[in-house]
Amino acid sequence: MSQPFRRAAGGRIDRSRTLTFHFEGRAYEAHPGDTLSSALLANGVRVVARGPYTGRPRGTYGIGAEEPNAFVQVDSGPGEPMVRATQLEVYDGLVARSLAGKGSLGEEPDDSRYDKTWAHCDVLVVGAGPAGLAAAHAAGVTGARVILADERPEPGGDLLGGRAHLDGRPAMDWVTDLRARLAGLPEVRVLPRTTVTGAYDGNFLVAVQRRTEHLGPAAPAHVARQRLWHIRAGQVVLATGAHERPILFPDNDRPGVMLAAAAAGYAWRYGVLPGRRAVVAGAHDGALWAAVDLVDAGVELAAVLDARHLAGGQAHRALRDRGVVVAAGHGVVGTDADADGVLTAAWVAPVDGDGQARRIACDLLATSGGWNPAVHLYSQAGGRPRWSDDHAAFVPGDPLPAVACVGAAAGTFDLADALAEGAEAGWQAAAATHGGGGEEPLPPATDSVASAGAPAACWITARADSPPETIFVDLQRDATLRDVRRAVGAGMRASEHVKRFTTAGTAADQGRTTGVTTVGVLAGLLGLPVGAVGTTTYRPPYAPISFALLAGRDRGRLLDPERRTPMHERHEADGAVFENVGQWKRPWYYPAPGEDLDQAVLRECRAAREGVAMMDVSTLGKIDLRGPDVGEFLDRVYTNRFSTLRVGQCRYGVMCRADGMVFDDGVTARLAPDRYHMTTTTGNAAAVLDWLDEWLQTEWPDLRVSATSVTDQWAAVAVVGPGSREVLRRLAPSLDVSAEAFPFLTVRDATVAGIPARVFRISFTGELSYEINVPAWYGLALWDAVAEAGRPAGITPYGTETMHVLRAEKGFIVAGQDTDGTVTPHDAGLGWAVSTVKPFIGGRSLARPDTARNDRKRLVGLLPADPSVVLAEGAQLVVDADAPTPVPMLGHVTSSYRSAALGRSFALALVAGGLTHRGETLQAVDGGQAHPVVVTEPVFYDAEGARRDG
Amino acid sequence: MTHPDFLWADPEPKRGYDVVVIGAGGHGLATAYYLARNHGITDVAVLERGWLAGGNMARNTTIIRSNYLWDESAAIYEHSLKLWEGLSDELDYDILFSQRGVLNLAHSLPDVRESVRRVNANRLNGVDAEWLTPAEVKKLVPIINTSQELRYPVLGATFQPRAGIAKHDHVAWAYARAAHDLGVHLIQNCEVTGFRRAGDRVTAVETSRGAIEAGRVALCAAGHTSVLAQELGFRLPLASHPLQALVSELLEQVLDTVVMSNAVHVYVSQAHKGELVMGAGIDAYNGYGQRGSFHVIESQLAAAVELFPIFARAHVLRTWAGIVDVSPDASPVLGLTPVENVFVNCGWGTGGFKATPGAGWVYADTIAHGRPHPLAAPFTLDRFTTGALVDEHGAAAVAH
Amino acid sequence: MLSVPCPWCGPRDETEFRYGGQAHVAYPADPAACSDAEWAGYLFMRDNPKGWFAERWFHSAGCRRWFNAVRHTVTYEFAAVYAPFTQPPGVPS
Repeated sequence: MSQPFRRAAGGRIDRSRTLTFHFEGRAYEAHPGDTLSSALLANGVRVVARGPYTGRPRGTYGIGAEEPNAFVQVDSGPGEPMVRATQLEVYDGLVARSLAGKGSLGEEPDDSRYDKTWAHCDVLVVGAGPAGLAAAHAAGVTGARVILADERPEPGGDLLGGRAHLDGRPAMDWVTDLRARLAGLPEVRVLPRTTVTGAYDGNFLVAVQRRTEHLGPAAPAHVARQRLWHIRAGQVVLATGAHERPILFPDNDRPGVMLAAAAAGYAWRYGVLPGRRAVVAGAHDGALWAAVDLVDAGVELAAVLDARHLAGGQAHRALRDRGVVVAAGHGVVGTDADADGVLTAAWVAPVDGDGQARRIACDLLATSGGWNPAVHLYSQAGGRPRWSDDHAAFVPGDPLPAVACVGAAAGTFDLADALAEGAEAGWQAAAATHGGGGEEPLPPATDSVASAGAPAACWITARADSPPETIFVDLQRDATLRDVRRAVGAGMRASEHVKRFTTAGTAADQGRTTGVTTVGVLAGLLGLPVGAVGTTTYRPPYAPISFALLAGRDRGRLLDPERRTPMHERHEADGAVFENVGQWKRPWYYPAPGEDLDQAVLRECRAAREGVAMMDVSTLGKIDLRGPDVGEFLDRVYTNRFSTLRVGQCRYGVMCRADGMVFDDGVTARLAPDRYHMTTTTGNAAAVLDWLDEWLQTEWPDLRVSATSVTDQWAAVAVVGPGSREVLRRLAPSLDVSAEAFPFLTVRDATVAGIPARVFRISFTGELSYEINVPAWYGLALWDAVAEAGRPAGITPYGTETMHVLRAEKGFIVAGQDTDGTVTPHDAGLGWAVSTVKPFIGGRSLARPDTARNDRKRLVGLLPADPSVVLAEGAQLVVDADAPTPVPMLGHVTSSYRSAALGRSFALALVAGGLTHRGETLQAVDGGQAHPVVVTEPVFYDAEGARRDG
Repeated sequence: MTHPDFLWADPEPKRGYDVVVIGAGGHGLATAYYLARNHGITDVAVLERGWLAGGNMARNTTIIRSNYLWDESAAIYEHSLKLWEGLSDELDYDILFSQRGVLNLAHSLPDVRESVRRVNANRLNGVDAEWLTPAEVKKLVPIINTSQELRYPVLGATFQPRAGIAKHDHVAWAYARAAHDLGVHLIQNCEVTGFRRAGDRVTAVETSRGAIEAGRVALCAAGHTSVLAQELGFRLPLASHPLQALVSELLEQVLDTVVMSNAVHVYVSQAHKGELVMGAGIDAYNGYGQRGSFHVIESQLAAAVELFPIFARAHVLRTWAGIVDVSPDASPVLGLTPVENVFVNCGWGTGGFKATPGAGWVYADTIAHGRPHPLAAPFTLDRFTTGALVDEHGAAAVAH
Repeated sequence: MLSVPCPWCGPRDETEFRYGGQAHVAYPADPAACSDAEWAGYLFMRDNPKGWFAERWFHSAGCRRWFNAVRHTVTYEFAAVYAPFTQPPGVPS
């Protein structure tokens, strides 16, 4: 028979449609509106999971986010591990299987779409139960921007399928009305299936919206599966409800043992009988009302136990009217099970003394020790929950600014009070951020009844001789009372220690049902009040968030923006292999057909040294500096002097951090008396601009200087080699390119290939070269024009690798490669660029005892004894590679290449004592291999500088 | 997992102790243990303002390695790693030390250069290290995406086979039990509120449980050391920052190596029980709040899913933050202070857990002899004046 | 994600800013006159209080202006923001 436990009518399910799903390989039927748990219960499937260490069978225990047992692996759709069956909406074709506390990631990547959005609102209401609905409505009518987020598929909270009345009508009618009213408020946004998972500083909350996963294969492909909301809220109203907690007893983990209100909820919300014959055991009125709900749904009540000794009260009377007598002062002290481990009976005894236990056959044992207000978000937001004896629960402690807790989340379990509290909080929140307005709506009248007595803090019912290893304090971790006792016996007093010792509270449910119970048990063992022991800390997220959702769209190429120069498409067409330099894509080399990196680079180098070559240098950082004090400012920023630079001239500069270590370098030109054009390394462009702004704004505001990044505004092509002058002459016929008229280290404005351009005669290769800058829009046109003009001379594009070889042959360093944040300008061989007369940033640091040492690591050249050996960059330099470890290291290879011009390999290195080792042979060790190298000057090519004029 | 039947007692503080260690984290407990074991100094109290080992010790991602760049760092971390290798036996407690190896991925040519440099330095220093090609990385950890089409593809990795992870709580409790067994007093819920001075010496530590006389005082409070130093009247070059970490739910085993990537901020291992344990980057601002900003977690997981596509389905179960005390050169401060009988051990940044045995060892020796242990000598406060920094930014970055 | 109250732009997400550490650490007027210890104090020694802290922020992805803030290092609450070279308005105790 299909769905033997389905009631004949009722529940918020669509009985007109039948869905088919698979669990553990078997097909079952369900209805839209079912969760996997309700559908399995309807089909009489009790065993949903297993204990990870005991292997004991476990069934559905709760009805929502508090579920500790029923975690399943979903195999349909994209698949997902460790999904709560109590929240998994059944769709046609759902395939799931049981787990033993551990999920499986699967083999195939999940290529579902996950996206993110950001929102601001005046009032965020978390939870759309009665208090949350009342709050959202009261805030919404003022015209405030309200977001109401709720984790369930539809608003209503505990009213869903419940039997309460509001304004004399079934409560769900009121909910339906209110939903319509909220829908009519343009500034109110209701987000169902949306779990607020984190509360961060400044009322920044994060929520997970499940958009299509409940649709299964019917999900539209263009809609993201989930969406991550980032909400900055003026005020937050937490109407997050409460989680039911059990009473513990021996063998309390059997399938068939459930939370009482959850059991009743299945009967009325889903139209499913959670069992046919029940024992209900509680310690507060809520458990008795759950018993009423169960008996009214057609469940036979074999016994109703109340650990309290009170009698009377409306719940007792309601039960008596139904022929049920409550056994006051009684609890469960054990359970029996069938061969499958499923509940068959409860053992019942008085909670005081050692009275005789009675065996009562049942297939449902509904337990409820009370309610734990869901203080998670309150706690995350900085609140400290406090123990309340009146509530027998941790409730929100001191109020937080701009955060209100209402309803059950605040320990207000009475429906009328919760509605009033919600409405008032929503109204006040709107007034605080939006100014309020309109007329405050009145909460609906209720038929709720007062509790007959305070809930009791009842944690365990057991006999003195009950084996503690059968009393589970954490079902998903298989942690038991014995573990807690051992922890206390070992000397542990803090709940955090006990949690870590026993692992109770660390599973996927994060101790939502039994965390407080564990604290209560611990307090009992220590003889302390519960409040003195305190809870462990609630950390985000409130509910697990998939990695994929947190990654969102930042995957693949969108992981980080890709910066491309205007000439990028041409480089691609020319077959360039690209290198990531920061976010930039730069051509690394341009292999001709059949060439590898080495061959391409040798060819590119030869072209630059012997003919003409071209490089896209658009990525260099460029900063426009204006103002009457730029010269003075640069004198302070650079180690060398720039105030004396004449208009139209360029100078190489080095800048240090305040600690005296090389930070960046580049060529800066003076374009006008009050205007300089600074260049930086590609990777440091943003950092240098920030650096300049920092000094200008926070130290020297008296200097009249403004700094603006123009990196993206200019595209630039370096034309390099003996043939470069001829190429430029063709491109810029009106520009006198002779060495006399356009000397080294000068800059000229000119029209190049018909484009307004700024041409720098500078060189990072030692060859005659020009760097032609044009507005970025013309970058590609310039590149093509240079290529065309150079074609007769065989102009060759080259990439960063060739640039490195050429600059290293000249002993030019690259900041960040030949320096590492521990290298001073002197260490890097740039002492010539360090002023001894003017102060500059970092100058004082150079005089510190360690920084002034002569035996610091300094830049040198290396020539491998075997000229065919290209040393590894990062090889370490030692005197004796065979010495016992630790082998003293003198330094390391920073740059190493094969030189076309030299016809051999060479390298730059940092070596302690620097050129005092000139002529000595050291060993360069890489990967256990040692290569003899001779220390030389770090300039290998054209030391006299004869080639720069062509 | 079986813990001993008894771990430590909860004594009332005595009137005074020869040595008062402030902070019962891993370092404080190890220091107390080695004071007693190596130097016979057992009249020791370890004061803890909260619960024992509840600070960074309870919050770190438990990565243990010694593949630091500079000789000074490699020496102290390698000393520590050698102690880790014998620690379960030494303390008679299974600390679940698992030498599963640590990969540090390189994603750019500069990364490759720095990695090769570090591997070579490690080997010459006697620290095990290898450079692996992307294919070798893939072979070792098949679930890593080594496609060269990635935004920042894996260009290789350094590998330290002897590196690994341990169970942080077990480590702390093992030291606590061993220290307790040697007579050390572990005093929890005892917050230090001030110091009593006589000239250049401290005579007593004022606490929430009364004044406790002290022959010597050993600061061991990680992120809170600056606060103590301020009470003592000297300054430290530290900034305390939130450092976040997270775990997933328990998952079937997919990763049996520790993988770290400074460039894209992913540090992940799969713990013994099955959860993925991940560390994030340091939050930029100073903070003692033990919580960080959400966007840090988001960017971390974007990189994680990129590197490990099958992680897409995993869930973040819990996030948290520690307070790391970061020094200007990403190296610790360990040694004497301007106050004659006060010693300092701080500034470990993200390296504190892996250094636990080594730091405790050399700190105890430093306290016992009143001069820096040779392995600690490069890490004195003095280096900030002379400029002799041990700059591990390149190798340590924000790594754990 | 802190909400940083830029004095010029209003509250903005933390990701738009760069953190600048302790405020009011002035560059010595004459570095050469500093002793090594004084210079080390300027370079490296920093207040690191648990509580209210005067610190610098740079709205790098916004108005690109530096400012100072008084923020609590435990609650992360901002008490005040103010221009460089001015003194913090009354700091909460």
